[in-house]
Amino acid sequence: MNINKNIAISGNGFVFDPTTGESFSLNSIGTEILSYLKQDMSKEEIVLAILEKYEIDNITVEKNYVEFLAILREYKLIEND
Amino acid sequence: MKKLTYERPIINKINSGMPNKFGTRTEYQPITYIDEVSVKEIMKEHGSPVYVLSEKTIRDTYKDAKKAFTARYPKVQFAWSYKTNYLNAVCNIFHQEGSWAEVVSGFEYDKAIANGVSGNHIIFNGPDKSESDLETAIINNSLIHIDHYDELYMIISLAEKLEKKPKVAIRVNMDTGISPQWSRFGFNYESGEAWDALNRILINKNLELVGLHSHIGTYILTANAYNVAGTKLADLAVRVKEKYNHAIKYIDFGGGFASKNTLIGAYLPGTDTCPTFSEYAEAITTSIINSRIKLEDFPTIILETGRALIDDAGFILGTVLANKRLADGSKSMVINVGVNLLFTAFWYEHRITPAQNFSSHTEHTSVYGPLCMNIDVIRQTADLPVMRKGDDFVISRIGAYNMTQWMQFITLRPKIVIIDTGRQVHVIRKNEKNEDINSFEHVPDHLKKINV
Ligand SMILES: Cc1ncc(COP(=O)(O)O)c(C=O)c1O
Repeated sequence: MNINKNIAISGNGFVFDPTTGESFSLNSIGTEILSYLKQDMSKEEIVLAILEKYEIDNITVEKNYVEFLAILREYKLIEND
Repeated sequence: MKKLTYERPIINKINSGMPNKFGTRTEYQPITYIDEVSVKEIMKEHGSPVYVLSEKTIRDTYKDAKKAFTARYPKVQFAWSYKTNYLNAVCNIFHQEGSWAEVVSGFEYDKAIANGVSGNHIIFNGPDKSESDLETAIINNSLIHIDHYDELYMIISLAEKLEKKPKVAIRVNMDTGISPQWSRFGFNYESGEAWDALNRILINKNLELVGLHSHIGTYILTANAYNVAGTKLADLAVRVKEKYNHAIKYIDFGGGFASKNTLIGAYLPGTDTCPTFSEYAEAITTSIINSRIKLEDFPTIILETGRALIDDAGFILGTVLANKRLADGSKSMVINVGVNLLFTAFWYEHRITPAQNFSSHTEHTSVYGPLCMNIDVIRQTADLPVMRKGDDFVISRIGAYNMTQWMQFITLRPKIVIIDTGRQVHVIRKNEKNEDINSFEHVPDHLKKINV
């Protein structure tokens, strides 16, 4: 999996993709995950980071993570190898 | 260190040049209290889903509507439209406020009598009045609004048989400039049918013509349509007076005022587009005041307002069952309230508000009920804050028709509670149990034994 490294993530939940000119809005967890991805963190590391910070169980985080990545793929913000 | 509240990660594409009609952010707050009673507490005590009614809102709305009319006209009478919500507790709030009863079946008629409404304060409308219904209504001096000639002739023969003089009105349908025109009820004005029916009544010494009635439709967004209706009804009243020297006691404008709900597909929310009670009252009262009816003959204006008096007072509380992504990638949410409990979801874009805090982000979501049926759609699309499985929500403005047109289908119907003006919560209809439903059934002996 590769994240589109050109994207610009702003602190307040906006993402701009200069290759397509499209913009996206995210909630704070979405922004957080996207910046982890940009730092090349693995799925396990990301899930762990979230579990440490938030009041939530492992299964929910994993489920939401997988779903979130599917949307990122759909929006062409990440690509499969 | 205390951990933060989690929320599912979301991302939405921003479509520039095509702004969402209500903006991209939710501008509303969670609903955690109704009339200062905690939503979560109600659900803990009475389950999920559960219907909640606010007695205060019912009374306040009624007083607003009444004031709009009495400020403009001396003689005004409301009659509660039973079909809109005929829970006895609800009917009795309206009766305590002074409303008569407006019923459209023997079942509703009997309910009004059992609630203690006196017979002469019951308006009996509709195309389905059986001979025995009419007999009871005649004996009780109820106000019978005739729908068609067959009914008129049945009343004439009953009057002879019972040696009573029934109090009657006719329902008039007409072109008021709006569509659809509800021409299937009553007698038509433009064709002369209404005038013909009035003549037949007035030449009959056994009938007393007391009123004229119309119900031009429902969710009428142009107040002026009522002015057109009033002008035509006043014309009939004037002609009756001229020809028979008989004054009509009342003109009944039926129901039809829009509640502040948003119709499916409407561009603007109902709160922005619906006329106010004052606008309706202005249209209606001027049609009588400016007519040729003489001051001493001014009729009472009767209103059978339904949805506009009760929608705001009703809520249904429920819980998110699941979040799903559909095959086309779009998001959907499954909740435990289906169209079986929220019939009005077929007409309205009901507002769904989380019952707990949420972030300012919204997602484009379809909202489905729990029934295993494709028609079970509560919102085709809605911009909703992120809600998780197990989160609770409040659907507002659902007081009209849902508690009468609901269906016992697949699931059992839940409790209905009312919050009184002293913040006490009362159950006014129990939740259904399997035994209740089974008690209607009978299994013949040869079908009792099964072997599977
Ligand atoms: C005769 C009559 N009166 C009153 C009403 C109440 O109408 P609404 O809820 O639109 O005010 C109806 C509803 O269909 C009706 O048929």
